Amino acid sequence: MMRDLKRMVRRMKTNRASLRLSMVPYSLWIILFVIAPIGLIVYYSFFDLSGNFTFDNYKNFFTSVYLKLTVSSFWYAFLITFFSLLISYPTAYFLTKLKHKQLWLLLIIIPSWINLLLKTYAFIGLMGLYGPVNALLETVGIGKQQILFTDFSFVFVSVYIFIPFMILPIFNALDKLNPALIDASRDLGANAWTTFRRVIWPLTLNGVKSGIQVVFIPALSLFMITRLIAGNKVITLGTAIEQQFLVTQNWGMGSTIAVFLILFMVVILLLTTANERGMAGSGKKR
Amino acid sequence: MERNGKLPKIYLTAVFLVLYAPIFYLIFYSFNSGGTMSHFESFTWEHYAAVFEDKRLIIIVLNTVVVALLSALISTAIGVMGAITIHYMKNKAMRNAMLSMNSILMVSPDVIIGASFLILFTLVGIKLGFASVLLSHIAFSIPIVVIMVLPKLQEMSPTLIDAALDLGATRKEIMSRVILPFIKPGIFAGFFLALTYSLDDFAVTFFVTGNGFSTLSVEIYSMARTGVTLTINALSGLIFVITAGLILGYYFLTNRPKTPARGLKR
Repeated sequence: MMRDLKRMVRRMKTNRASLRLSMVPYSLWIILFVIAPIGLIVYYSFFDLSGNFTFDNYKNFFTSVYLKLTVSSFWYAFLITFFSLLISYPTAYFLTKLKHKQLWLLLIIIPSWINLLLKTYAFIGLMGLYGPVNALLETVGIGKQQILFTDFSFVFVSVYIFIPFMILPIFNALDKLNPALIDASRDLGANAWTTFRRVIWPLTLNGVKSGIQVVFIPALSLFMITRLIAGNKVITLGTAIEQQFLVTQNWGMGSTIAVFLILFMVVILLLTTANERGMAGSGKKR
Repeated sequence: MERNGKLPKIYLTAVFLVLYAPIFYLIFYSFNSGGTMSHFESFTWEHYAAVFEDKRLIIIVLNTVVVALLSALISTAIGVMGAITIHYMKNKAMRNAMLSMNSILMVSPDVIIGASFLILFTLVGIKLGFASVLLSHIAFSIPIVVIMVLPKLQEMSPTLIDAALDLGATRKEIMSRVILPFIKPGIFAGFFLALTYSLDDFAVTFFVTGNGFSTLSVEIYSMARTGVTLTINALSGLIFVITAGLILGYYFLTNRPKTPARGLKR
């Protein structure tokens, strides 16, 4: 009894002391690099180029130029996410059926760890006027096409870059799926399509949602690929922010676009974050 | 699944081909003695030699590696402390608040992180260059370390600490002999991911780097904007070999010892 008490006292002291120590750097990080930057973005969005307080940036955002930009940015992000999902889901599904699936998964992941810039650079060569893709088109008889600097090349390269990030969560969701459920569905007379639609898809929806989350938000804010592959023809919210900050030096307008991008991000997160109830439902299996 | 026949294999092969084609394409032309990525003339090592002769490029590579190692080390230290802070926090609301703060930088688009850090550094008066790049790399790597370490802490049974306390261990001993050895795999995973985050980052660095300092990604960007240089190809060949080696090494290191209690027995 006494020993328990002593231990409890010591434990409380231990926790408090070690907590206080380890708390400092991490809390500093939160204040300096999480809260302060967001605060600064919001603060700067209320100032114009000469440093006067104004709401003009927000008024500007609701003009046709920026609204068009936002809509097209969403449209591209949607296309990129859609095609990534279309390609990734079957890939993840087939991967889970392989023997050494973890190793194969790793092999899918390796390209995502090669520097993004290098991969993009490769496409400049691949899709160039004298590149292998055009050479192939020519032998097939279609003839040379301008592939680089088009919407197609932009979406293609983006999809290429995001595929591994989409495959990973879907693979994990599929891998957790209890195969007995599929057997049960088949035994009860459902065909392959019904089984997929009513059993596999709903149970892996959370994986799909996190896949969409990790693709859609970055896709909204791409700016390097737009320059290198789309040749400035595609302007996303990310490109606009980069331009305002680094080219025009209009931090106020850049911050305003950033504020909206953050708002969009929050909405997307709310829409795609796995809801607790669904989690609990699939967690029961374990 | 045999019913599906060859379709899965064909599909997967196609996906793998597309995923790896650009990388091998780059590497293939790094051996081209002609100056372009479309016409293979003859085999040469000259572009690799050019990489090693280019002093500027070597300095940039060194910069990149130094920033990556330092930022990974520091962010791992802070991240581990953060994970422990969050894990042993009594107040639930506070804990959840900290967890959401932690995930903000993980989901924020790079452009926003870059732009906001640019404002921050300019305001505080940190000169754009090595310091600002290192600080931002540390900042965006911390949350991933926390995410990797937290599950390990949750796995750890509290009875282990009780036992250590009963046996008379001090606070320091509990930390160094019980907690840290137990969460070691998480720490390594966090460090490794922080390293790759830093090596791979382009967007944030692009915002906060000044004129005098450059990392590999930023350098490749400015090189690629001016057109094709096979030196980049040679560089990508080197990077690919190193990256693939690191990842495969990591995979076999982490998958080999399947005894989770190993760290405790000592």
